Amino acid sequence: MSDLIQLSKFGVTEFEAQHALDRLNVRDVDYADLYFESRTSESVSMEEGIVKRAAKSISQGVGVRATAGEKTGFAYSDELTKKDLEIAADTARYIANSPKGDSPVPVPTQQRPTRDLYPMEQAKAEVATAERVALLNEIDAEARRYDPRIKNVLASFNTEYKVVAVATSDGALVADIQPLSRLQITCIAEEGDNRQVGSFGGGGRVAFEFYREGGRHLDYAREAAREAILNLSAVDAPAGVMPVVLSGGWPGILLHEAIGHGLEADFNRKKTSAFSSLVGKRVASDVCTIVDDGTLPSRRGSLNMDDEGTPTSCTTLIEKGILRGYITDKLNARLMGIPLTGNGRRENYQSVVLPRMTNTFMLAGESDPQDIIRSVKKGLYAVSFGGGQVDITNGKFVFSASEAYLIEDGQITKPVKGATLIGNGPEILTKVSMVGHDLKLDNGIGTCGKDGQSVAVGVGLPPIKIDEITVGGTRS
Amino acid sequence: MAKKSLVPVETANGYAQLASEVLARAKTCGATEADIVVADGETLSVQVRVGAVDRLTKAREKRLGLRVFIGKRSATTSTSDFSHESLERLVADTCTLAGAVVEDTVSGLPDAAQMATDQPNLDLYDDTVLDTETQIDWAKRGEAAAFATDKRVTNSEGAEFDSSSGRVVLANSHGFVGSYKSSSFSLSVSPIATDSETGAMQRDAWYEVQRKFGRLASAESIGQEAAKRAVRRLGGRKASTKRVPVVFDPETAGSLLANLCGAVSGYGLYKRASFLLDKLGQTIASELITVYDDGRMVGGLGSRPFDGEGLATRKNTIVERGVLKSYLLDTYSGKKLGLPSTGNASRSVGESPSVGPTNFYLVPGTKSAQEIIGSVKDGLYITELIGFGINMVTGDYSRGAAGFWIENGELAYPVEEITIAGNLKQMLKDIEIVGSDLVFRGRITSPTLKISEMMVAGN
Repeated sequence: MSDLIQLSKFGVTEFEAQHALDRLNVRDVDYADLYFESRTSESVSMEEGIVKRAAKSISQGVGVRATAGEKTGFAYSDELTKKDLEIAADTARYIANSPKGDSPVPVPTQQRPTRDLYPMEQAKAEVATAERVALLNEIDAEARRYDPRIKNVLASFNTEYKVVAVATSDGALVADIQPLSRLQITCIAEEGDNRQVGSFGGGGRVAFEFYREGGRHLDYAREAAREAILNLSAVDAPAGVMPVVLSGGWPGILLHEAIGHGLEADFNRKKTSAFSSLVGKRVASDVCTIVDDGTLPSRRGSLNMDDEGTPTSCTTLIEKGILRGYITDKLNARLMGIPLTGNGRRENYQSVVLPRMTNTFMLAGESDPQDIIRSVKKGLYAVSFGGGQVDITNGKFVFSASEAYLIEDGQITKPVKGATLIGNGPEILTKVSMVGHDLKLDNGIGTCGKDGQSVAVGVGLPPIKIDEITVGGTRS
Repeated sequence: MAKKSLVPVETANGYAQLASEVLARAKTCGATEADIVVADGETLSVQVRVGAVDRLTKAREKRLGLRVFIGKRSATTSTSDFSHESLERLVADTCTLAGAVVEDTVSGLPDAAQMATDQPNLDLYDDTVLDTETQIDWAKRGEAAAFATDKRVTNSEGAEFDSSSGRVVLANSHGFVGSYKSSSFSLSVSPIATDSETGAMQRDAWYEVQRKFGRLASAESIGQEAAKRAVRRLGGRKASTKRVPVVFDPETAGSLLANLCGAVSGYGLYKRASFLLDKLGQTIASELITVYDDGRMVGGLGSRPFDGEGLATRKNTIVERGVLKSYLLDTYSGKKLGLPSTGNASRSVGESPSVGPTNFYLVPGTKSAQEIIGSVKDGLYITELIGFGINMVTGDYSRGAAGFWIENGELAYPVEEITIAGNLKQMLKDIEIVGSDLVFRGRITSPTLKISEMMVAGN
């Protein structure tokens, strides 16, 4: 929401903000900013058929930062008095032990973000707890109705309403309201001693109505139940190198882990990424074009502006297999002399800005999804995944399937138990031989962790075929 | 230089006073029971990279969490704003929220008679205040030692020295008030080694955390260990797909123990989401396995005098010679399972209690890591695990791994881009040797472990 937010929302005047920035105005400081944040998080959760828990948390504070060369000085405070701003500014300034700068700090001019990707009235973001409780009750009933073997339904609905304002030493004062919500469902199915789990969820920068639209919450409930029931009949997963077909949507976590993190500018400036010297080189087959796009309306990973006040953008990471560029924040763009992409993000006022992904996905190709399956004689078809992880430096990444099937003679056959897939980032996409024509974005459940900071992200993928990847099952 | 600080003693009393006011306010809003957590802390974090300061972070923070019960309905809230108006609003909001959820017959505070009566000093706090220059010096020396250890160490993700201290006050409507202070000092070093022929890079890290500054190992020893760990990974290759014995080093064995810890936690159990459901009193692991959770270990990284509900912490026997003796429980999950709390309520400020370990460790055996590796003819020594391929409901286990191939009892060459897979139920029973090398480096700690056989997937 891009209503004009005044700093007075945080109990601070523009003069006080300018005064703090002026204390940071010493000769060696290249850039400084103040990040004001006010966040209200609410959650309701249910288990055993009753909505037992409701929680609400409120936090407000300011993060004060100065950068000098490669150095960052950072301090934060949950008090927003003039004195606390001064103390924070003096701490942040410590990294640049230099005299007062010559040129004055400009008075911040209020600007609006250039777009409004999540228009929503405040009233619509604030929904009575009773309505959320009713939503969860319907989900519980639907999942149990799906199959009597569903013995427990764990469901939670979380919302966050965040108001941020960034005042920078280059004279900008820009603010945004960033709503975010997510519905998550886990079902446990039991049949004799066999117990299995299935999960599904979704969300975004959307209003509460989104979850009821066309019975979306009930679809989610049935999906979680379906996965749990399916896993009751899953056989052991195979072990070894084999072709793997990924279905569209959330399996795009492959891109996030295999290449996304490796293309974050900080690792490349420090030359600690397996992708450090590969710009302009082939890192994927020519059917692969991959972007990071923070400008998609209402998506979980989207933002009107990043946490440095830069408008988000759509950045081409890989174009027809060739590595084109990195995603950047101000510090790394400046030090590397490369374009600013609007990917400077932070979890909250207590954390520093890092280059982070927004929505990362592969563009659609030309293959018929059916043909992709038919082309595999013996392999794995992976539909849904749990988490993933990557070692940036050597490029090794993993991601774990939660719903997968064997492919035998071009046909999808038995469901298999979850297995971890492991590969090497700069190599794996060179083994992508087919890309489906139907790109799907995920439902809005992704949270990415880096340096202990969590931020909301999205991923997307058309169905793809990877000619070979190591599958970590138990059956030889 | 380190110097001693004078911490005003009024702080704990001040928070106790604040807590009692908020509790009284909750009562007038209709709360039948309530508890409150107040936590504050100070942190100074210094990151150095390739010999220069990279990032300096300094902060003070505080937070208050409130849980109210209106009969059998409850809600939890938190705020960092301690002003009178903000807290009044918080109390009102919490009571409104509690009114909106469903009655949960087992909810409520523990009985008044269960509250901790003693609050021993567990030596968790060190009043040493390090200045910025001292911390920068430690981080620089740690990183420099890594570079000096081996010329193949060519780059670095940096070295970080953190110091923090804080206070926790817990009070409830039974009249319980508890408080303790704790501190921590840590150094981590993350060097990058490069293979001069292939240009391939490997990163590894070493770290140490202590509650007392004086107990930290030298910056140099931490940097050297980090360098050795990064360099030894160079030249890693895939292994072939086969079933072999697997030795877990103490770090990765600790992650297996963390999986066991998750499986015996009361919340997973009553939700029927644990592979150790209904196994109390049964053999769940090899008879070599005895596991304790000890909340009162002096100076322990997981120690605390009382738990997140105000119950005294204690030493619980979780597994004794392979037999599951106790779950980890708080009041709520205990009631759901018909058992008393084990004093393992863990509490983050804004949330209702959950269950957490204190100092959860596996009792060491007699064999050294060298002897254990020596017992393997053809197998795998694991030093790193990545990913989240663990299904806590079924125990199915499949994770990315790196380490060394063992040939005739010796570490032959580094391996990477492989997975190990099995089922935790079986893996716990297949533990064939428990090492003697238990060192308390975190809350969950294990010595080296050998599992007789697992599926390794590679080429």
